[in-house]
Amino acid sequence: MDTVLRIENIHKSFKAGFIPKRKKILDGISLEVNGGEIFGYLGPNGAGKTTTLKCVLGLIFPDKGKIQIFGHSNLSLQAKEKIGFLPENPYFYDYLTATEFLSFYSDLTLVKKENKQAQIENLLQLVGLNQAADLQLRKFSRGMLQRIGLAQALINDPSLVFLDEPLGGLDPLGRKEIRDVIIRLKEEGKTVFLSSHILQDIEMICDRVAILVSGKIINQGALQDLISEKVKVTEITLSGVKTEDCKDLGDCYSAQEGRIFLKVFEEEKIATVIQLVQTKKGKIHSLIPRTETLEDLFVGAVKQR
Amino acid sequence: MKIRAIALNTFKEAIRDRILYLLLFFAALCIILSRILALLTIGDRAKIIMDVGLASLSLFGVLMAILIGTGLVYKEIDKRTLYTLLAKPIQRYQFLLGKYLGLLLTLFVMLVLMTLVFLVLILLHRYPIEGAFFLAILFVFVELCLITAVALLFSCFSTPILSTLFSLSFYLIGHLSWGLETLINKLPQGGIKTLARILYLFLPNLENFNFKTEVVHHLSIPPKIFLYSSLYGIFYTVFILALAVMVFRRRDFI
Repeated sequence: MDTVLRIENIHKSFKAGFIPKRKKILDGISLEVNGGEIFGYLGPNGAGKTTTLKCVLGLIFPDKGKIQIFGHSNLSLQAKEKIGFLPENPYFYDYLTATEFLSFYSDLTLVKKENKQAQIENLLQLVGLNQAADLQLRKFSRGMLQRIGLAQALINDPSLVFLDEPLGGLDPLGRKEIRDVIIRLKEEGKTVFLSSHILQDIEMICDRVAILVSGKIINQGALQDLISEKVKVTEITLSGVKTEDCKDLGDCYSAQEGRIFLKVFEEEKIATVIQLVQTKKGKIHSLIPRTETLEDLFVGAVKQR
Repeated sequence: MKIRAIALNTFKEAIRDRILYLLLFFAALCIILSRILALLTIGDRAKIIMDVGLASLSLFGVLMAILIGTGLVYKEIDKRTLYTLLAKPIQRYQFLLGKYLGLLLTLFVMLVLMTLVFLVLILLHRYPIEGAFFLAILFVFVELCLITAVALLFSCFSTPILSTLFSLSFYLIGHLSWGLETLINKLPQGGIKTLARILYLFLPNLENFNFKTEVVHHLSIPPKIFLYSSLYGIFYTVFILALAVMVFRRRDFI
């Protein structure tokens, strides 16, 4: 698959304080994003996710390194014509209505005049804001601003979309809707670069991820390669058995209504548990094998540093 | 096209600023008060009205240019509206020029409004209006073009309060720098005189755009002076704008 974004060894530091002291934010970031995938860019707060995005978008200039979008320099207009960007906590000109705002941004791109109106209506429909088309942005809620932000990122029908914490500040329903939009973008053949610290969302929709800690990428690859499918622990809820009988089988906790919550770490012991329940004429309410999650990987990686 | 879109949006934004209307109100008040001032004066009342009126036009125009101009770019950075704007396929200089032209459009509209108030007052008193009157106002606008460019330049790297102070200083220096010329003539030959000359060369001379005295006292102005003042205004403005673009092009938006 073609590489749509190539970041090669970028470094960035800022001077801060009264007596300027250099603070390193990015320390040799290199990554490649392939066409048509959803790429998750993960990291704790302050790791440098937004700084990387700003470098890619030409808002700040890296001290060292090279960034190419579709084979062009990231600062060239050819590159910018093919990208869309939704910043974290977006804020826009609050005196414009949703339609006026999108119309203004549309004038900054190559959208043809005759297609403009239809394009704006489609986008408002896509992000679920068609009811608010003539409402001033100052009256928008946080979730609505996020949606109009997504709409402006898509105004030029970009092939590569950068989303910085797109699901932040949204209610569960809003998150699902935006997630569906992101998946729809992938189905349309677009590439999505998603920066987030909400692991659940990334795990659900991303094809590949990179984990950034203190300005360095410490792990990257396809999600299934990073997370092993080996069962780490099996969680069993059962009743009709005494707690003492289960103690040797794993971690045992008392749950409500006489139930026992058992965490079994060795796979071969599961059969013993089932046998025990059968002999005691008890009942198994649930049996859930837990594999490694992105969260385990992430927490492990961050702790290592 | 892209510059036009940004300019129109800037105009929409600036025209909503309440400071603008406050200044417009005071400008109109000053122009009308010149009539009362004229009553207290012995001599030609028309001269007082012309003098105070033109001075109000110029002063309030400059205040508008500085107070709005210094906040324009800063606000975009502060509110982070700039992030999505610069991610669109535009160059940074296009953004800056769009902002500049949008503000000029706003100032032009304001100047026209102030001139209308002034004209109504003059026509009510049946004072004669000469062509030079409109030329004087045109040069007020040329001065505003330069001051706006200066405000924009400071706005690219400084906070609105500091930018306002810097721009006001530029305005004051610009109107007092002729004093340096007098000093140069009186200094003996030597290092200090050369230094003062170099300083005078770089300092703005905004008196070049001031034709109020000529209009008030019906003095003739040689066309060569108009040409010289226009060229001075254009070159100085282009120079300041080029500086602003240079500063803005390399800036990190953290």
